[in-house]
Amino acid sequence: MVFDLTLAEARAGLRRRDFSSRELTSAFNGAIAALNPTLNAFITTTPELALQQADAADVALARGEHGPLTGIPLAIKDLFCTKGIRTTAGSRILDHFVPPYESTVSANLLRDGAVFLGKANLDEFAMGSSNITSAYGPVVSPWTRNGDNRPLVPGGSSGGSAAAVAARLALGATATDTGGSIRQPASFCGIVGIKPTYGRCSRWGIVAFASSLDQAGPVARTVEDCAIMLQSMSGFDAKDSTSADLPVPDFQAACKRGVKGLRIGVPREYRSDDMPPEIETMWQQGLAWLREQGAEIVDVTLPHTKYGLATYYIVAPAEASSNLARYDGVRFSSRTDGADLNELYENTRGAGFGPEVKRRIMIGTYVLSAGYYDAYYLRAQKIRALILKDFTDVFQTVDALVTPTAPSAAFAQGEKMDDPIKMYFNDVFTVPANMSGIPGISVPAGLDAQGLPLGLQVLGRPFDEETVFAVGAAIERAAGFTAVPGMRAGAGA
Amino acid sequence: MSYAIEGRTGPWEIVVGLEVHAQAITKSKLFSGAPTAFGAEPNSQVSFVDAAFPGMLPVLNQEAVAQAVRTGLGLNAQINLVSRFDRKNYFYADLPSGYQISQYEHPIVGAGQIEIQLADGTTRQIGVTRLHLEQDAGKSLHDQHPTKSYIDLNRAGVPLMEIVSEPDIRSPEEAGAYVRKLRSILRYLGTCDGNMEEGSLRADVNVSVRKHGEPYRTRCEIKNVNSVRFVMLAIEAEAKRQIEVWEGGGTVEQETRLFDPNRGETRSMRSKEDAHDYRYFPDPDLLPVVLDEAWVAELKAALPELPDAKQARFIGDFGLSPYDAAVLVAERATADYYEAAAAGRDPKQAANWVTGDLFALLNRTGRTIEDSPVSAAALGALLGLIADNTISGKIAKQVFDIMAETGEGPAAIVEARGLRQVTDTSAIDAAVDAVLAANPDKVADYKAGKDKMFGFFVGQVMKAMAGKGNPGLVNAALKARIG
Repeated sequence: MVFDLTLAEARAGLRRRDFSSRELTSAFNGAIAALNPTLNAFITTTPELALQQADAADVALARGEHGPLTGIPLAIKDLFCTKGIRTTAGSRILDHFVPPYESTVSANLLRDGAVFLGKANLDEFAMGSSNITSAYGPVVSPWTRNGDNRPLVPGGSSGGSAAAVAARLALGATATDTGGSIRQPASFCGIVGIKPTYGRCSRWGIVAFASSLDQAGPVARTVEDCAIMLQSMSGFDAKDSTSADLPVPDFQAACKRGVKGLRIGVPREYRSDDMPPEIETMWQQGLAWLREQGAEIVDVTLPHTKYGLATYYIVAPAEASSNLARYDGVRFSSRTDGADLNELYENTRGAGFGPEVKRRIMIGTYVLSAGYYDAYYLRAQKIRALILKDFTDVFQTVDALVTPTAPSAAFAQGEKMDDPIKMYFNDVFTVPANMSGIPGISVPAGLDAQGLPLGLQVLGRPFDEETVFAVGAAIERAAGFTAVPGMRAGAGA
Repeated sequence: MSYAIEGRTGPWEIVVGLEVHAQAITKSKLFSGAPTAFGAEPNSQVSFVDAAFPGMLPVLNQEAVAQAVRTGLGLNAQINLVSRFDRKNYFYADLPSGYQISQYEHPIVGAGQIEIQLADGTTRQIGVTRLHLEQDAGKSLHDQHPTKSYIDLNRAGVPLMEIVSEPDIRSPEEAGAYVRKLRSILRYLGTCDGNMEEGSLRADVNVSVRKHGEPYRTRCEIKNVNSVRFVMLAIEAEAKRQIEVWEGGGTVEQETRLFDPNRGETRSMRSKEDAHDYRYFPDPDLLPVVLDEAWVAELKAALPELPDAKQARFIGDFGLSPYDAAVLVAERATADYYEAAAAGRDPKQAANWVTGDLFALLNRTGRTIEDSPVSAAALGALLGLIADNTISGKIAKQVFDIMAETGEGPAAIVEARGLRQVTDTSAIDAAVDAVLAANPDKVADYKAGKDKMFGFFVGQVMKAMAGKGNPGLVNAALKARIG
């Protein structure tokens, strides 16, 4: 059954000609057609284009001229501009936007032979932690609680990407992470997701949310699959001034390194009285697995972590309020006319943006306003520097940090929705990596009592994704996570 | 002595500071690869970055940075080795991203100064506060359709250097001299073409008035003034308006105004209350601009001689008057022309020819010095013919006109038309004798004391010799005959 193959296994199968990319792609096209009406993981599907790409891949494979991803069907978060394919960012305001260019990251994947199945659903402009803010409807997690059929959220903002991969509707997916949008949905959906170091993947052609925090990365079912995808997605891009001009190491090789002799830090500030005991237990279990594989576990302190969430919700909305000013109805976005220019702006943006986006534009505009800038934005930037310094200091003595990815398992649609602040609390463990730019991976470590996946997060030094992969792979090996969601391709077969 | 406007309550001093926006000469825009040429079809020079399409990112044009540094060096200003780009947020239809990328807190160039020269020969130092790089907005066209506005983004993203002066300027004349001098320096440096008609140089003018010895009063800003003359007129009109307000018992409100050259007055554009809150913050898409000291030194070493230095050299080496030297160095092309024409000649005579006959010719023909009908080499050759007595200064004017007309060289013209000066004393003596013989009554008048008759005799001799007589020899021969 192709749906149970990992990306690495599918790649080997294609190269052995066990099956063709057309066969593989057709299977995924069919699975999407069957399950997407329920899961809503894709905003736009491109089955015919996928088959064309698959046929081209088969030709290349037949000639033995394959690239690292030739013939591999992937989902692309609908935040990546794809040439000639509608790109909505989950927003009504980009309902009709068809980019005339391809984002650098998706272009890198195409260069390496990937097949694109469609554009994955997301929170509007990637603002959310549950995928309920998408203008194209919420994504439903393929998982359900034991004995409870209420639809759960897949996490966000890369909820469509994570749900698609968890439900076996794609072998991997691109995602982006501004405050946890790769790692938290990966945790909720029982898959692996890595946010690399800020600057590792080009931001060019990705619809911007908060430019100093946004970073692309993959979600896939295994650490190795993420390594394969990130290898293709990464690299210096002169079109992004914040892109890092550094060589890309062999991430797949790093997965096999092991953790013997590594010092693993456990930041005490990530422990709180509100944390569900199951998460605490799983965290301890994860640390025990690493100890058994030869790592040394060390308690460390990150004293400014407690300010991470508050400062994040100043910096990210501030940048967003400016980044989203371009959606004004004048050039490419949907327009709602008005009697004069100001009314055109008000009508266009009033109709085009959903409530969460409006909320963040308001917050961001407020914190940048004259008289408030010093108290909010400037202060947040100073604390941000301290958060980075915490990590820099701690990485003098440890090689990686291990924490839970999220303070809870997936919740049901409708839960936590009354209070945006409660929703923001989802990002508490993931935000510090964005504020400091360091890489972080989420790896499924087990299930809670209700049968829902829980992830562990590994954080590493800037541009040391190799250690992050090594530790993530060690947890993955020890956890032997084989649980599958109820809703998935091939489940009935 | 110093400039003042006389009001009902006595003299008022004016205080002016200028913000000059100079388009940096670059092939492409400040943050995109789109070209910057003037006058192209609307929206034909727009990249996706300029139009602020989703996911597009700015990349700093290094040539624009070099131009800003060269300009800073030319203004004797501090070069900041670390500077930063900020976003200035406001909504307008010709501002695609909803923010202008500019340098707010950390400009690339700090304090410098410009020396201006006034008509009375005095000079003044005007402080330059800073120079920063920013992108221009597009253009809104409101007169193309009864109900619609059109947007042309060709200018969107074009690199501007905003050069801010201290409020050191005290008269319209000083303001004019400041803009002209700044323009001259920019053109020497090759960092801005200074073309005010095409909008590559424009000024925001801050004006206030005060009684002598007072602290500054409230200022108004007059936006986008696009000629030196209008800068001067706008200052005068605005200062007079403010004086009327103060003397009428009112208070000048801080506001942004526009100058209407047809009515010769300024009018309110928006008040302080309507001022935007620009919500400046560092642009997260761009890294700080960090300059290498050695690179700055390289740029400095490659700077051309600037107008002040050139003027000093023209005065010192060539003995020109400060005024003539200032006229010649105002434009680099004029200075270069002058130096080429004067090489090996009498420098003062060359200066007179350039500022006199040549400028008159250019005026008459509507040509610039770069495409002058008489080349610097040809003018130099003409000066050579005067110097070696081949022709007289008077004949030279005639030859110059023929050169302008025909493009022929001066020596060929002199030969072909027989204009060579007569220095043969026997021929001159013969002509003198003939003139004296034909005018016995005038000779008698002269001898009776009518000294000015001497000029008449000179004229008659020259006329008899078709203007070719050497004037010195003609004079000497006459003196010998009639004393």
